[in-house]
Parts: sequence; C-alpha cells; structure tokens
Amino acid sequence: MKKVITKRNIMVALLVIAVYAALFFLVNMKVLNRHYRSLLAPVGINVILAVSLNLTVGFLGELNLGHGGFMSIGAYAGCLFTIYTDLPLAIQFPLALIIGGAVAAIFGILIGIPALRLQGDYLAIVTLAFGEIVRSVLTNMKVTGGAGGLKGIGKSTNYTIVYIVAIITILIISNLVKSRHGRGICSIRDNIIASESLGVNVIFHKLLAFVVAAFFAGMAGVLYGQNLGILKPDAFDFNKSIEILVMVVLGGMGNLTGSVIAAVVITLLPEILRGFSDYRMLAYAIVLITMMIWNANPRFAMVKNNVYSWLHRKRGNAR
Amino acid sequence: MILLELKNLSIAFGGLKAVSELNMKIKKGELYGLIGPNGAGKTTVFNLLTGVYRPTEGQILLEEENLVGKSTIEINKKGIARTFQNIRLFHHMTVLDNVKIGLGNQLKYSVLEGMLRLPRFFKVEKEMDEKAIELLTVFGLEKEKDILASNLPYGKQRKLEIARALATKPKLLLLDEPAAGMNPNETGELMKTIKFIRDEFQMTILLIEHDMKLVSGICERITVLNFGSELAHGETNTVLNNPQVIAAYLGE
Repeated sequence: MKKVITKRNIMVALLVIAVYAALFFLVNMKVLNRHYRSLLAPVGINVILAVSLNLTVGFLGELNLGHGGFMSIGAYAGCLFTIYTDLPLAIQFPLALIIGGAVAAIFGILIGIPALRLQGDYLAIVTLAFGEIVRSVLTNMKVTGGAGGLKGIGKSTNYTIVYIVAIITILIISNLVKSRHGRGICSIRDNIIASESLGVNVIFHKLLAFVVAAFFAGMAGVLYGQNLGILKPDAFDFNKSIEILVMVVLGGMGNLTGSVIAAVVITLLPEILRGFSDYRMLAYAIVLITMMIWNANPRFAMVKNNVYSWLHRKRGNAR
Repeated sequence: MILLELKNLSIAFGGLKAVSELNMKIKKGELYGLIGPNGAGKTTVFNLLTGVYRPTEGQILLEEENLVGKSTIEINKKGIARTFQNIRLFHHMTVLDNVKIGLGNQLKYSVLEGMLRLPRFFKVEKEMDEKAIELLTVFGLEKEKDILASNLPYGKQRKLEIARALATKPKLLLLDEPAAGMNPNETGELMKTIKFIRDEFQMTILLIEHDMKLVSGICERITVLNFGSELAHGETNTVLNNPQVIAAYLGE
C-alpha cells in the first residue's frame, strides 16, 4: 500500500497552511483594506466554481454554459433552508451546504440525461437554455422573493470557511480525476468509440461528471448567498456562466492548478484595474484577449509544459 | 471447439448490402484472417461483431451465446476486444493509463473510495499498475509508461492499442489492419508479436489485413470478402491459390 504521508503530500499540506497563514496575517494586521478583504470570499467561491466546471468542460470534454444555473439552484436551496429552519449554526450551516449541493446535483442528473444523447454545440445550447430557464423561474417564484431578491439570509460565512470548502473541493475533484472513474471520464473525452469498446460505462461516467460538478457549484452558491446576505436571480445570468468558463479555458482545460490560478486572477483583475476608472472594462477585455493569445502561443505552451513536467518529475521522485 | 460462429450475418444500409449472408466458424486458439479489396465490408464485420452496428439478419454466436442486440460495452464484457484501423488511443492520457482503462472492469473500487482515497483505492490501483506494466512489458513499452500516448511513434501506438485491448481479458481479439503503415521490418516484428500473444494468452485472433506476407505467414485459415459476400474460405494457402480470389483481389 502506498503511504498517505509522502513528501509531496506534506509539501501540499504545508502550502495550504502557509497560504492561509498569509491570508490571516493580511486580514488581521489590516494590511488589506476593507474593499480587498471583501474580495477574499468571492475569490474562493470562484475557485470552487472553476475547478468543478473543469470536470465537465476539461475532463469530460462537454461544453457546459449553464454552470451559473447549478450555482443559483444550490444558492437558493441552501439559503432558503437556513431561513426556514431554526437550528444551531454549527449544524445548520454545514447542512445548508450539503442541501444546496444535493439539490444542484439532482439538476445535474437532469441535465446529464440529454448530455447522453447530445454532444458538442447541441449540448452547449441545452445547458445555456437550462441556465436561462432557472433564472427566469427564480425571478417569477414567490418563495425566492422574485426579482427583488431573497433577503434576510444570515451572513454566516467568512473567508476561512470558504477557504476550507475550496480546499476540500480541489482535493476531492483532483482525487476523482486521478481515480479509475476519472480515467473513464477522460477516455470519453479522448475517444468515445474506443472507450465503449473497452467496456467503459459511458452513461455512468458522463452522469458522474455532471453530478459532481453540479454538487460543488451548488455548494459555491450557498457560500455566495451566505457571504452576501442577499440573492438576486440576475447575479446568475449567462455572464456568470461565461465568466466561469473563461477561467477554465484560461487556466487550461483539464488542468486544476490552472483553474485555481485563473479564478484568482480573473476575480481580482477588474478590481486591480480600478485605477483606469472609465476604461476599466475595456482594459479588462484587452487583458483577457492578450492572455488568451499568450496562452495559445506555442512558445508559452512550451514554457508551461516545461514547468509542469518539472513539477511532475519532482512528484515522481517524491513517490 | 468453436469459439465464434457467424450465421447468415447481413447488414444493409438503405439499399446497399454491406455484408450479406456471411458464415464463419472460428475455432478456439485459431489465427483467422479476413481479407478482401477496399470496401468489401471487412471493417463492417468488425463493427457488427462489437455491437457498433446491429445486423439486419443473422446471428453472432460467441460460445453459443447470441450477441446480436447487445451493446458494445456488454459485448466487451462477454469477451470480444478490438483495435481500430485508424488508431483510436486516448491521446491525452499516459501509456499506462490507456492500459488501465482496459482493466477497469476487472479491478474495481467505488466512486467514494476513489474520491476519499480509502485504503481499497491504493490496493486496487497498485494491482492495476502491476498488471498494466506486465502487459506493457510484453510489448516492450514499459519504459514509455509515463509519456502521453500521442507522443509514441506510430508502430508503438499500434502495439499499445493491442495491449489495451488485451487488458480487458478477451476471449476473442479483433485486429483491424494491424500492419497498416508499417515497414517490412516492423511487420515482421508484429507477426512475431501476434503469434506470441496467441501462444502466451491462448488467444483466438481474427484479423483484417492487406499485407499478404503477414496473412500467409501467420493465419491458419482465412475468409475472402468481395462486395459484402464471401468469395472463398478455408486453409490460407489453398484459398490464396484459388483463381477466383486471385482475379478479384490479388490481381493477375
């Protein structure tokens, strides 16, 4: 049996603690102003969203334009649960997270079923429609507070909780990807005919990818609601789904580390560009385009590959 | 003992009869060849055998069990594995992982065990690694186990595809033009490998091939297809000397 306590795992654990310590220091020593402090939770939430979307887009290879839809379903389910129940926070909050994730996962199955028949552009349009339907249903329902938004959600999260949930998400998804089920998912992306001929259960693996991705998107939604204290359907429109997709594409399809970095960069970018005031969104667009071109550049890809293979070699030694 | 029997196997795409009334009996442990000019319906036969297409008529009996109507996945579990004419590897996965996909139906653990890395995950993965490396060693690929499948040279990609199919522990192995694009040296080596697989794994092999040297060198019996129907079948040398076969396929 391989040991769980390897050099590499210890390094990862130390890194996780070090990043948190740095955040803790920055926040408590008032190095970050209020504005930047308020960005920490959204960064973590976007990390969860990007990593989970990467499972369907990067590893399964199916374009999903409705991730914001899963997020909003989870957000409303979890936050309504906290509003209508009266439990101690220590029980209520984790339960809300799980309920949000589970309800989103159920919708993940619903969207996964057409995904068994449709591929590529057609599936992309189905997911796009799904996101829009969810948004308009939420806008027209009474229990969700309609377009005015769902108010009175207790603000029971902070950057620490988001950080922990993000780490758990990354851990579980990267474990999944490196397991036999993850290999099954990747094999469908690479060549579906070959994977069927080798007995890979295509239906199961596709649904698995959609369900797990939706589950974590739902959890991210709950965190989002608990962080802001108010939910509005418009926050989960098409733009939100695209924003998450941009993170995945920019970070690299099927690359979890890339998704994390891209999520951090893309969340912070508009804020860093505040100095440009009126031209902010223009600058944002230009930076995005430049990064995309850069990313597609073979020379840059070579540098990236070298870095990854170097990391990989290190990993190999650690084993 | 008969391992695979085709009875009156036919398929029509609209008005085109791609395969019509094909009969074939393959004995256990036999090396059987399926030859014919381009467009004769050889690959269609493979697609029928593996459940990609459903025959319009006829039966496919593997150890006397009818496979018609079963899905590709079920057929693989029943014991038929194949390679493809245009190589279909999982290009963005490592050589080792390609083989481990094939092992997926014998060595299992649940999704949760994989996600949470419970002890069973490590145990089964280790077993998978050992079995996969054992197979790769047979094909001399063990040194390349950690590189991406797309980075392998052509000949080795073909070998990896065979190794991957063998990982599913088939009773019958279908090889679709295994020597396509190989030079005479590589073909010679491939012939040895195919014989070795048959002897080592007591495998029954059905192969499609255009390279007559390979066919006459290793196949014990062959069937010749022309325009979807059988032209001749029997002992390789007898069939290859059949004037009809020479006229239709080999040329004067």
